[in-house]
Amino acid sequence: MPNRLGTWVACCLAITLLLTCGSLIIGTSSIETSLGWLFSPDAQSSVVLWQIRLPRTVGAWFAGALLGLSGAIAQGVFRNPLAEPYLLGTASGAALGVTLSLIAADASIGALAWTGKLGITGAACVGACAAIALTIGLSRGVLQTASLLLSGIVVAFLLGAVTSLLLLSKPDIWREMQVFLLGSTGFVSWSSATLLGVAFCVCVVPAVLLARGLDALTLGEDTAQSLGLSLPMLRLTLLGVVSLGTATAVGQVGIVGFVGLVAPHLVRETLSVNHRQLLIGAALCGGALLQAADLLCRWIIRPAELPVGAVTAFVGGSYLTFLLWRRSRDA
Amino acid sequence: MREAEMNPPALPVQPTPPALACQDLSVGYGSRMVLEGISLEIRAGFWTAVVGPNGSGKSTLLRTLAGLREPRTGSISLQGRRLSAWPRRERARRLAWLAQTPGATELTAAEVVALGRFAHGGWLAHRQAVDDAAMHRAMVATGSLSWARRRLSTLSGGERQRVHLARVLAVEAPVLLLDEPTTHLDPPHQEDVARLLREQAYGGGVCVVSAIHDLSLALAADRLIVLGQQGVIGHGTVREALDGDWLSAAFQTRVNIVDHQGVHLWRPAVPRARPANGASTGLNEGL
Repeated sequence: MPNRLGTWVACCLAITLLLTCGSLIIGTSSIETSLGWLFSPDAQSSVVLWQIRLPRTVGAWFAGALLGLSGAIAQGVFRNPLAEPYLLGTASGAALGVTLSLIAADASIGALAWTGKLGITGAACVGACAAIALTIGLSRGVLQTASLLLSGIVVAFLLGAVTSLLLLSKPDIWREMQVFLLGSTGFVSWSSATLLGVAFCVCVVPAVLLARGLDALTLGEDTAQSLGLSLPMLRLTLLGVVSLGTATAVGQVGIVGFVGLVAPHLVRETLSVNHRQLLIGAALCGGALLQAADLLCRWIIRPAELPVGAVTAFVGGSYLTFLLWRRSRDA
Repeated sequence: MREAEMNPPALPVQPTPPALACQDLSVGYGSRMVLEGISLEIRAGFWTAVVGPNGSGKSTLLRTLAGLREPRTGSISLQGRRLSAWPRRERARRLAWLAQTPGATELTAAEVVALGRFAHGGWLAHRQAVDDAAMHRAMVATGSLSWARRRLSTLSGGERQRVHLARVLAVEAPVLLLDEPTTHLDPPHQEDVARLLREQAYGGGVCVVSAIHDLSLALAADRLIVLGQQGVIGHGTVREALDGDWLSAAFQTRVNIVDHQGVHLWRPAVPRARPANGASTGLNEGL
């Protein structure tokens, strides 16, 4: 179905373009004002449009694309449609990293300077990478997917418990943490959008090159191996891509749930495709999803904002419920 | 050895190494040993059927020979070189393996068959004309060409099996290890597959090894490896197997083989059916 795939990709791109335009004119000021800014710019309005709103929506797209891509890879590697990008403990590791950096900044001036350099995003990224290393270490490598999944869950619970204890002892940082835990696209500047874009390019190339390996894995691990694939190499590379993608996304926009889980399902529900098409489709779809969620969270209670993670969780959760309902009805 | 006979040795002729051989192979799961002390030499140009009762380790033997399971002891050689010494893709070009129940997937039949060419190109290669030709031949031979664009998940079990067989043939490997290649197939297609295996062995000089459940079909092969609960009962021609009554020894019960104009058939010893006219009502009369 090359034509259907083409239509699908074109639709995704068109939606992305629409959302980008939409996000330029929707914000705390009214749409009329924004349109006025667009056509008769002055110094202040061009900062709002091109330095705040555009990087924010571009960053949201890249973050969503990274999550969608990582989700599709994770589902392929674990041969499990419920796998998602955070299953290696990334989210809880990032949360712990941010908590620690906030506490450290509170505690001493020296630490404040140090965490100032690293920033919340840096701390989240370091925490996420440490959690992934811990997960892989616990399962002694990447060969056993079952034990890898299990250690991911264990690490997530352990780090989550540590984070909760720390938050209990320091209630004053709770508010700042909440922004991070619920996910927010509000702080994405051009520099973080660029970072997300670079990470996306770095992730998408090996993912697409190795997509045939994921195809082979659908025939079973033994068959894949008999075809001449190196399973450890394939898994290690792809899990590296998942880790890089999620750690970067979590670092820049916080813990945005459900995009990585829902995007590949949306592609699979509308098209039946091989993994190369699925990975690209999930990335495009994830990008558009997070952009849309970003727009919604600015729109619903304007001029205030909802946390974007809450919107994705709500929309994604409803969609999965719908899928479940339809499956049980068809069965 | 055959060359040596035809051509009286002026020079010492190196016998070609067997296509696939194993020495003193033992394989186990946990504390349970499935195979112990297996030594085999399987030559190219023959279709060898592996038969034996459930749990005698037919699948395990094939998987181990394919390098998918580490043996506890012993060594395996492929074309005279240690199996583990072959680089991964070179090995995959020389040895193709078919699982007993290969998975259903969302891929199309053509995409599945194309995976069989992976060992020839690797990650970066684009599909060449040679690959297309090999895929086409394999799909024609297995009669799966007409579903090339259909998803495997939409095909029946037998159709799926033929697509996977095409994938294995598309490798164009000199050694084929097939675990129950005729499962899910209706009798005419079982016949097609048997004919195909024979053709591969004779025409292509391929070393074909297949585990086969159906004894009549297995007896159509050139050679038999008969596995019992205690290991290999025998490895030889079908004639040798019948003369030595290896099958009865393997199944630990009398196995009825009838010779029907030179074709050996397994005849199950089932009480004869009741006559259709209803003249006989006594159950015992039919025995």
